[in-house]
Amino acid sequence: MQKEVQFAGFGGQGILLSAKLLAYAAMKQGYNVAWIPSYGPEMRGGTAYCTVVISDRLIGSPIIKTPGHLVAMNRPSLEKFAPAVKPGGIILINSSLIPVRSGRDDVTELVFPVNDVAIEAGTVKSANIVALSAFAAKSGLVDLETLRECIKEEFASKSKVIPINMDAFDRGVKIAQQ
Amino acid sequence: MAKVLMKGNEAIGEAAIKAGCLNYFAYPITPQSEVAEYLAKRLPDVNGTFVQGESEVAVGYMIFGAAGCGERVMTTSSSPGISLMSEALSYIAGARCPAVFVNIMRGGPGLGGILPSQGDYFQATKGGGHGDYHLLVMAPEGVQEAVEMTMKAFPLAEKYRGPVMILGDGLIGQMMEPVEFPDNLYAEPLNNDDWATSGMDKRGADKKNIVKSLFLNPKELNDNNLTLKAQYEQMKKEEVMSEAYNTDTDYKGLIVSYGTMSRVCRTAIDTMKEQGLEIGMIRPKTLFPFPEKEIYDAAAKESCKAVISIELSMGQMVEDVERCVRGIKPVEWYGECGGDIPAPETIADVVQSLLN
Repeated sequence: MQKEVQFAGFGGQGILLSAKLLAYAAMKQGYNVAWIPSYGPEMRGGTAYCTVVISDRLIGSPIIKTPGHLVAMNRPSLEKFAPAVKPGGIILINSSLIPVRSGRDDVTELVFPVNDVAIEAGTVKSANIVALSAFAAKSGLVDLETLRECIKEEFASKSKVIPINMDAFDRGVKIAQQ
Repeated sequence: MAKVLMKGNEAIGEAAIKAGCLNYFAYPITPQSEVAEYLAKRLPDVNGTFVQGESEVAVGYMIFGAAGCGERVMTTSSSPGISLMSEALSYIAGARCPAVFVNIMRGGPGLGGILPSQGDYFQATKGGGHGDYHLLVMAPEGVQEAVEMTMKAFPLAEKYRGPVMILGDGLIGQMMEPVEFPDNLYAEPLNNDDWATSGMDKRGADKKNIVKSLFLNPKELNDNNLTLKAQYEQMKKEEVMSEAYNTDTDYKGLIVSYGTMSRVCRTAIDTMKEQGLEIGMIRPKTLFPFPEKEIYDAAAKESCKAVISIELSMGQMVEDVERCVRGIKPVEWYGECGGDIPAPETIADVVQSLLN
């Protein structure tokens, strides 16, 4: 089993962090993982992206041209990466910022206003956690409780933001399960 | 110790501390600046020293100074920075001082780019600086191996009293993977510094140690070079490391590849196996000394029709592969070095078309 998830959005949307949290949870469940950021030259307002590979075997190529799933937080990301997603994958579309769809009929789209949900939880900054938990619940790639623990650990030094992020987490899960 | 998820750059920094290296001098450059960032924070915790030099030229000589005092010392840089340090590397090799250099390669020549490359193979294995010297060069394929090789580099540098290089690429520096730090590798320097400038209190003021690379007497210089030569010959006997993959089959072709590129090749080999084509691989873990016998033996297998060196360069390691294969099988090359790492599908296509 090997699954690849590409997280993509603007710089500042917490793309790298949500990818790291997914990798961390999978690692805790005993999987081999790799977290591969894009560190090439990027334009301001362009796409920041990051790929997580989760496997029950040693991970060979960390270079993933066709990811299994995509979490798209802004429009350029969806347009750039949706065509490469493997058939049968999940594409999460942040409809707060993306007025279009993937145009694919061989994938499962999970479309909801991620930013608005995060604002309901208390801050738009937790949009990455909303998207992460919704994706995790929809895909079943990692155990939700393990993932929740990883988020708490990540914010251990800023404990006052944990409740907001837990609320954001629950909202994301609930939307995915509807 | 439990597994932690770390970037290669940070893991290399932590590995140095775990190996007992408390001296780190560096100058920032993408894609390895996180090593300095990490150690700037971490070294004060363990009473270590981090100095950001005014340039890589200065850093090279800071390393020389600390190594000459018998201290465990490391620097990290990326390709253009290593070029600037190459003069000091030659002096350090000539003066026989142990030190660890990490090169997280980016594209070149010149400023090149900031994406992964393996274009410094020649520089690392054949010199870089002037004169008759070699570095012992280890090339990790991922974060765990980067940790293990960094920790091993210090005792090896001391065993041979010379500079050791870890040759990674931008992807290994930037990628996060789970790592486990072996906690039993901390050891005091092996050489007891009886050659170093420190330790006057123990050996008495009448015995002066001079650390130098200048030998104006031709016999002395020749002797120094013979000593270096003997060290390199010993490395070839004792330090060669490589990994064979899928070589227990009747493979039709043999890939030689290292570092990040070898992982892509491994996936390509798995794919080709599913399609009924067996391909073997030798992955050099040390680039100097090079796994000469392993490559020759693997190439000699009757089923093997051709050998291909796959690297993120325009054909550097292929020269060593040709040397090892000694003409018994055709040797080919494939590589890209703009910063894009070829996908496994590309490698499978290249290998298949080569064998048809």
